[in-house]
Amino acid sequence: MGFDQYHEPPGELPAATRTFARLCASLTEEAEAIGWYEQRIAIETDPEALAVMRDAQGEEFKHFSMDLEFLLRRTPPWREVAQGILFQPGDIVEHGEEAEAEAFEGGASGASGAYEDGSLGIGGLRGASR
Amino acid sequence: MNHLLRSNAPISDAGWELLDREARERLAPALGARKLVDFSGPHGWDHSATNLGRTSPLASAPGDGVSGLQRRVLALVELRADFELSRAELRDADRGADDTNLEGLDDAAHRIAVAENIAVFHGWQGAITGIGEASPHKQVRLGAATDGYPRHVAGAVERLLCNGITGPYGLALGREQYRGVVETAEHGGYPLLDHLRKILEGPIVWAPGVNGAVVVSLRGGDFVFESGQDLSIGYESHDGELVRLYLEESFSFHVATPEAAVALKP
Repeated sequence: MGFDQYHEPPGELPAATRTFARLCASLTEEAEAIGWYEQRIAIETDPEALAVMRDAQGEEFKHFSMDLEFLLRRTPPWREVAQGILFQPGDIVEHGEEAEAEAFEGGASGASGAYEDGSLGIGGLRGASR
Repeated sequence: MNHLLRSNAPISDAGWELLDREARERLAPALGARKLVDFSGPHGWDHSATNLGRTSPLASAPGDGVSGLQRRVLALVELRADFELSRAELRDADRGADDTNLEGLDDAAHRIAVAENIAVFHGWQGAITGIGEASPHKQVRLGAATDGYPRHVAGAVERLLCNGITGPYGLALGREQYRGVVETAEHGGYPLLDHLRKILEGPIVWAPGVNGAVVVSLRGGDFVFESGQDLSIGYESHDGELVRLYLEESFSFHVATPEAAVALKP
């Protein structure tokens, strides 16, 4: 059984970070699967096989989007950057630079708290070392 | 601005970051219950009840030929610890002082963490049924001598196994019991802490507020802490000298499997 999603010793990581790493790994896998289906679809000539693979790729779109939404909910600065880039018409790189500047240089007000709901973001502590 | 009204406080952004960081550092070690039970949420300040999936009969129906039931829910509780801080101290922190007196916040963090542990492990009359009071198992006395702890903890684990409750298991220890465990080495110098960990195959946590000790299964699904608003610092009021703040959270706690824990009396 592999634990490749962990870059640091899992026993030293808080439970929330382990969950975060799992979802990051899942996001990567879904993106890879989308890319693989895209290549298969590009060369397949059997219409029935194409229909099956297009349906399967649609599932991966859903999985990728759910993983991403979970990660964005748990990471307010990431969410803030993403909000400035995703689903915006216009220049992607320009939006990226602006969103980054707003999120990290303008900085969220300390009075707003580091988390969207103003909480301390402690959450569950299962797996915390002590 | 949300219900915490933090923007109304005479506190700089750097000051808020200092307070939030200090609160996290003080709370995390003391929140022993969260290290052993399932955590759901946070579901937000406007989340008011946990679905139990159960109903209660109603004495009457609103018309002929119909019947009705009422849904049962577990209402969330709000827990709050007020504190005051000196505005002069916060101004000094903005100037770069690294020894800011945040005693009021530190005390409040400890109080609310202790109260949360008590609510989860021993209950809150009229609001929450705790793990210990829900457990159907006989409460064995730990006694003053720590050399009896392995026997009592092993007995508790064996009782859970007899009830089909699999591990790993975790152990919440009150302050006195935790101190006793960490300072004790058994015959041959083997640390008692390590011996207990081997029996449990799980963590031992410091849980101030716990009276004695509680052995719980960590297999999941037995004990659920449902968070509405997770622990947050809010603003109450201020004058020229002091700013009055509070730590607050809303939550419910539900024991789904009462037999998945054994409480040990001090």
